[in-house]
Amino acid sequence: MAVVFEKPKALTDVPFHYCPGCTHGIIHRLVAEVIDELGIEGNTVGVSPVGCAVMNYDYFGCDMVEAPHGRAPAVATGLKRAIPENIVFTYQGDGDLAAIGTAETVHSATRGENITVIFVNNTIYGMTGGQMAPTSLPGQITQTTPYGRDVNSAGYPVRVCEMLSTLDGVALAQRVAVDNVKNVMAAKKAIKKGFQNQIDKKGFSIIEVLSTCPTNWGLDPISSLDWLRDNMMPYYPLGVYKDEEKGARIK
Amino acid sequence: MAERFLMKGNEALAEAAIQAGCKHFFGYPITPQTELAAYMSKRLPKIGGTYLQAESELAAANMVLGATSAGVRAMTSSSSPGISLKTEAISYMAGSDVPALIINVQRGGPGLGGIQPSQSDYWQATKAPGHGDLHILVFAPATVQEMVNLVGKAFDLGDKYRMPAMILADGMLGQMMEPVELPDTMEQQLPEKPWATCGHKNARKHNVINSLYLTPQALEELVVERFKRYEVIKENEQMWQEYRTEDADYVVVAFGASSRVAMSAVDTAREQGIRVGLLRPITLFPFPTKPLKKLAETAQKFLCVEMNMGQMVDDVRLAIECKRPVEFFGRTGGIIPTPAEVLNEIKKLGGTK
Amino acid sequence: MSDNYNMLLAGFGGQGILFAGKVIAYGGLMEGKEISWLPSYGPEMRGGTANCSICVSDTPIGSPLVLSPNVFIAMNLPSFDKFIDSVEAGGTVIVDSFLINKKVERTDVKTFYVPATQLAEEKGLKGLANIILIGKLFKETGFCSWASLEKAIAKCVPPRKQHLCASNIQAIKLGMEY
Repeated sequence: MAVVFEKPKALTDVPFHYCPGCTHGIIHRLVAEVIDELGIEGNTVGVSPVGCAVMNYDYFGCDMVEAPHGRAPAVATGLKRAIPENIVFTYQGDGDLAAIGTAETVHSATRGENITVIFVNNTIYGMTGGQMAPTSLPGQITQTTPYGRDVNSAGYPVRVCEMLSTLDGVALAQRVAVDNVKNVMAAKKAIKKGFQNQIDKKGFSIIEVLSTCPTNWGLDPISSLDWLRDNMMPYYPLGVYKDEEKGARIK
Repeated sequence: MAERFLMKGNEALAEAAIQAGCKHFFGYPITPQTELAAYMSKRLPKIGGTYLQAESELAAANMVLGATSAGVRAMTSSSSPGISLKTEAISYMAGSDVPALIINVQRGGPGLGGIQPSQSDYWQATKAPGHGDLHILVFAPATVQEMVNLVGKAFDLGDKYRMPAMILADGMLGQMMEPVELPDTMEQQLPEKPWATCGHKNARKHNVINSLYLTPQALEELVVERFKRYEVIKENEQMWQEYRTEDADYVVVAFGASSRVAMSAVDTAREQGIRVGLLRPITLFPFPTKPLKKLAETAQKFLCVEMNMGQMVDDVRLAIECKRPVEFFGRTGGIIPTPAEVLNEIKKLGGTK
Repeated sequence: MSDNYNMLLAGFGGQGILFAGKVIAYGGLMEGKEISWLPSYGPEMRGGTANCSICVSDTPIGSPLVLSPNVFIAMNLPSFDKFIDSVEAGGTVIVDSFLINKKVERTDVKTFYVPATQLAEEKGLKGLANIILIGKLFKETGFCSWASLEKAIAKCVPPRKQHLCASNIQAIKLGMEY
């Protein structure tokens, strides 16, 4: 019988712990498929975040390091500088990457650190039970913004790709989603480009993936995807924000 | 004998690290350790290494976590306020069983404190270099030559026991120049690190460097195992120097910069007929309990001299199980005690002024 | 004087206090002595006060911080005022008398006045007042041999500026002859 669908080799047999309807699973799969297709598992090292994806060191078959909250790009920098021939990626959520780890994100980007960052933005802290994230939308109700995010006291969401696209060290800043088949395919293409950039030594690549959190949003999986399209996409438009070799603008 | 030349403590630490096979340095500027980073920035690019000035001490220490995970010898250096920021990564490295070298060229605290020499991070280094149940190896050099010697030792033992090691220096030792001899620059055979996350080359199961254990039993088991290792270290790795203690009625206990002051005071006291000696801990973790226990059998009193408000003194009391009185003299805030002050305290031990 | 020197050099930042200290330290090192050199360090990079403790000894050096020097070289008035009373009785004091318009009132120390900054200007050795004072120190104390002092100069002058060794030696001689 012909095999038409199978688990990527770059994923282990450990079952994911993610909630039903969460898109972390899809994103993991895309990263693993790309690693398989590029044939790089043996010299790839991933860096796990703190947050919902904290245990993905058990899911990816390549060597993995679990970083302190927000420090994944710093840990990745150390791994990459130690063995530049290796492929190093981080996998981070919005709190990890855009709040506690903002400095590490911005500075690894501006250094043009030759790493690939997978940034999963679901506008909420999932692991700790649904608190406001740096990317929570204005008016969004969370455990710590029970009356909706009040921009006068909690400020405005961070648009990460737009912000990083101003930095000369960045080779790729692209926002994608995994809410339908077409977008999933586009997301995979972007992730693959992020890894290929690293192989080609082009600089820092970040792929922001808009994601859902049915559990903490209080929605079923399908409604969550609708919420993502109706609320997140207008604030966080999909698209390529930067796509050129690092330093291209100052050459 | 190799040629002796003058070197600043900070620069000697850097060169010794390079000689020990460390080619990866991640730092952030802070007085009074700056020369160390500057030296690295000059040397490392020439030998194919990495000097990286990070965006913060947090990032620098976590870059060390990354580099050491890849299996290379890696280090960072800072001074007191910066070390507080590095405690995050230190805890993770201890919890992940990876080696690293952290250098603390101490200055006065708390807070921004001052920039003059201090030993007020003793507690931080030996009791709580990060959150959680953990220890790191702590070395306290007293001369520039000893700084050189202990850097290699710190890397070796860190690799052997798979744990971070700290050189606890201070602004005085970092800034001063003394003659040094560097070890022979033989190409060293660094130990194999089968646990490293350096890419599995499709030849082994994936390695994971991790400190997360959500099952209490699993975490307890791991911590207990780690503490058994600490016991082995306490048994085998204590280092100290004894000076004129053979017939001593009184023993001054001091480490690092303050031990030099104490040594001068001991010499003067001896000239005046006082039978006093010096016990100088070289490792602070493991603390040299063995010689202290022995000295407590013969000495009448102990005097702890530190550049803080009295931190190591607790460990001295514990080591001798409070069998003898342990007095304390300290200056803090960046003030180096004078030999005359220490001499005065020695005299007080015998009831004379 | 014993063979153990506890020296204090003090002046403004930029006068070459630390460099002069290094020359002395290397002079002692060439004799096989124990040496320590400890600078003051602070937030002021230029123009502030700078001082430097140097110990030259036959035995291992305890505290490298010189509090009661037996050699004191002063290159500005604030340092002179601050440290002159701390000099050990019988000690040697060398004063740049061009910059310090004051006499040592103590009679229990040996004082030498050398208008080093002026001499340096006159002889085209600008910036080498510090070395002129070392010349005087060398003549009065013999803290090391001439050969060691020459070697010390060669060690302290950066490799790419070795042509400056000659002017440094000239400055030493100027101080010795004054």
